[in-house]
Amino acid sequence: MSSEAVRRTPAPPTGTYIGMPKFAKNAKVQLADQQLRKNLRKATGTIRAKRVDRVAEVPEWEELRLAGEAIKNRTLRHLDTYLVQLEESLVRNGAKVHWARDAAEANAIVVELVKAKGVDEVVKVKSMATQEIDLNEALEEAGIAAWETDLAELIVQLGHDRPSHILVPAIHRNRSEVREIFLREMKLYGTPAPTDLTDEPVVLAAAARTHLREKFLRAKVAISGANFAIAETGTLVVVESEGNGRMCLTLPDTLISVVGIEKTLPTVADLEVFMRLLPRSSTGERMNPYTSMWNGVTPGDGPQEVHVVLIDNGRTKVLADPDGRAALRCIRCSACLNICPVYERVGGHAYGSVYPGPIGAVLTPQLRGTTSDIDKSLPFASTLCGACFEVCPVRIPIPDMLVHMRHKVADEKRHHVGVEQTAIAVAGWALSSSKHFELVQRVAMLAGRVLPGRTHLGPLPWPAAPWTNARDLPMPPTESFRAWWKRTRGESA
Amino acid sequence: MHAEGLTVALFATCINDVMFPGTPKAVVTVLERLGCTVEFPLEQTCCGQMFTNTGYFDAAVPDVRNYVKAFAGYDYIVGPSGSCVGAVRHQHPMLAAHAKDEGLAAEVDKVVARTYDFTEMLVDVLGVTDVGAYFPHRVTYHPTCHSVRVAKVGDKPYQLLSKVKGIDLVPLPDADQCCGFGGTFSVKNPDVSVAMGGDKARHVASTGAEYLVTGDNACLMHIGGLLHRQNAGIKTLHLAELLAHTESGI
Ligand code: SF4
Repeated sequence: MSSEAVRRTPAPPTGTYIGMPKFAKNAKVQLADQQLRKNLRKATGTIRAKRVDRVAEVPEWEELRLAGEAIKNRTLRHLDTYLVQLEESLVRNGAKVHWARDAAEANAIVVELVKAKGVDEVVKVKSMATQEIDLNEALEEAGIAAWETDLAELIVQLGHDRPSHILVPAIHRNRSEVREIFLREMKLYGTPAPTDLTDEPVVLAAAARTHLREKFLRAKVAISGANFAIAETGTLVVVESEGNGRMCLTLPDTLISVVGIEKTLPTVADLEVFMRLLPRSSTGERMNPYTSMWNGVTPGDGPQEVHVVLIDNGRTKVLADPDGRAALRCIRCSACLNICPVYERVGGHAYGSVYPGPIGAVLTPQLRGTTSDIDKSLPFASTLCGACFEVCPVRIPIPDMLVHMRHKVADEKRHHVGVEQTAIAVAGWALSSSKHFELVQRVAMLAGRVLPGRTHLGPLPWPAAPWTNARDLPMPPTESFRAWWKRTRGESA
Repeated sequence: MHAEGLTVALFATCINDVMFPGTPKAVVTVLERLGCTVEFPLEQTCCGQMFTNTGYFDAAVPDVRNYVKAFAGYDYIVGPSGSCVGAVRHQHPMLAAHAKDEGLAAEVDKVVARTYDFTEMLVDVLGVTDVGAYFPHRVTYHPTCHSVRVAKVGDKPYQLLSKVKGIDLVPLPDADQCCGFGGTFSVKNPDVSVAMGGDKARHVASTGAEYLVTGDNACLMHIGGLLHRQNAGIKTLHLAELLAHTESGI
């Protein structure tokens, strides 16, 4: 029997994120997919426009962003204190708190907790933290089926696929693809899709609802993340749109929440700011449809066994870096993905991470380090156009941080003598003094004299090829500005 | 006129100096037309952002020193590039801190505060939006990312363009989206860069403009390179060069 046959859930694509080639290579593959580009342009364009409208309704938007930034900064500055307070509050509320240093520890804790309940399946609320630690596969290995219940996550899971967006993980799929996936896969994992399934969104949603219903009703254990964890009261908060989260958080008897330590907020009052920032930034809605908040165990109501797994998984390392720690302010709203012109062209899969787009480019190499090809290339996956900072509800200066990450990567390659290092050294010398610069200019101007009458250069061999494969290059003029100035105005300034 | 007697130091920028001398010449033309005295301090080289943004901070520090040396004595330093002016204002303080040179940091703070994009100099300092330009052509303007989001020139370029006699200024669809140049991004990620530039070029062509105008020649070289390869028949022009045109020629 093949290993595929003994799996409980659809197998994701083979290979690991970290084993992926550098960004430029992945991007090239994605760019060739015309359907993908069309889907992405339409989807990001729609969310972008909605966001602009909703933000325009809030005259104090910039103040809210400043408040969001300040609250997160204060929390991160005193994270040690707030985390202890969070643990105390959670325990007081009847929850059990577990601490996990990394993905392996977190997965082991969750697997043990599920096994202890004697079940072989769990339902899941959409959660970035559990994706980051690849919890579903750890559960699968332990013989436990983890069912995603968010519609888009379900599409991704049934499609043997990976998410390509933080908020809209199946953004790369259009509805006819979704129909095919449902028809092909649902019957293998539970209630089949009706044979007359159309690609109407309401019909597809109804099929998903029916498919998931039996799983909700059967589930004894649910696994969630949390958007916020309030230290003062021990309240966990999940913000969602479909109500599947509410089902998971209330029906099963046991609830396990995997929460990154940076999700902490000091007080309930702080939540107000984020409940205004998050829906408008992420889905372009004034208010999200479902906000669930729970304080541990309430006897006779909802889950009677509540676990919270607080994970580090690289976050304390990020916190220790003054140039990188702002990334921990992220509330995973996806506004930076939706606005990003690079993301719009290539989609999420090119980033080799559960966190794609601008925040992924700046956070992933910090969490994972910069040893792999993909992680080394991510800080360069941006034109530094600055649109991400403009929309970020917690004002993460992503372009500046990318520049710092680039410095880190370049510094690590310092002793390597490659094309880039040589080019930088030559250009650095040329521009380090006006005397050098003038000398180089005189050489450059010769090109214009060698090829008189030409205005542009067409395709050139390497190393000019990356530029000239698709773009003509203007010919240098025969006289630089500096030479002209000296000739017409003399040597002095 | 306000500008009478004002001495302005021209920061040509390295790419304009070598590749697009017409642009700094146009700055000289316009500023002199408005009564300014223009000087060109020869110690200047580059803003250094090519190095900074590729991660080579050490290679950028000499450029910061040159900049301070060249411009320390001036009250008004003007560059025809939102990107380079933005880099001076936004990155030079960081680079001085990186060099752990407090003296340099203090000097940087002073010159940075006196550095203006060409459009800021005209609109904010000289208080002029009508510079006496004449340009009887259909023009579309691309607001480059760094001019808008780093130098923050706002709508000043549009204020200036709207006063040009004879101009037929047409709006550019999706104007605020990046053209995909991104400095070394254009060669490190050439496929994405060209895909973005291709969309920009398509939007430009859809306006039916004869001229694409921006305040940054680097972006213009990228978009123009695509337009030229496609034989789109659309010319590219720096805003300063457009503003230098008058009814009697340049
Ligand atoms: S970085 Fe900012 S814009 Fe991007 S997902 Fe995080 S909070 Fe949202």
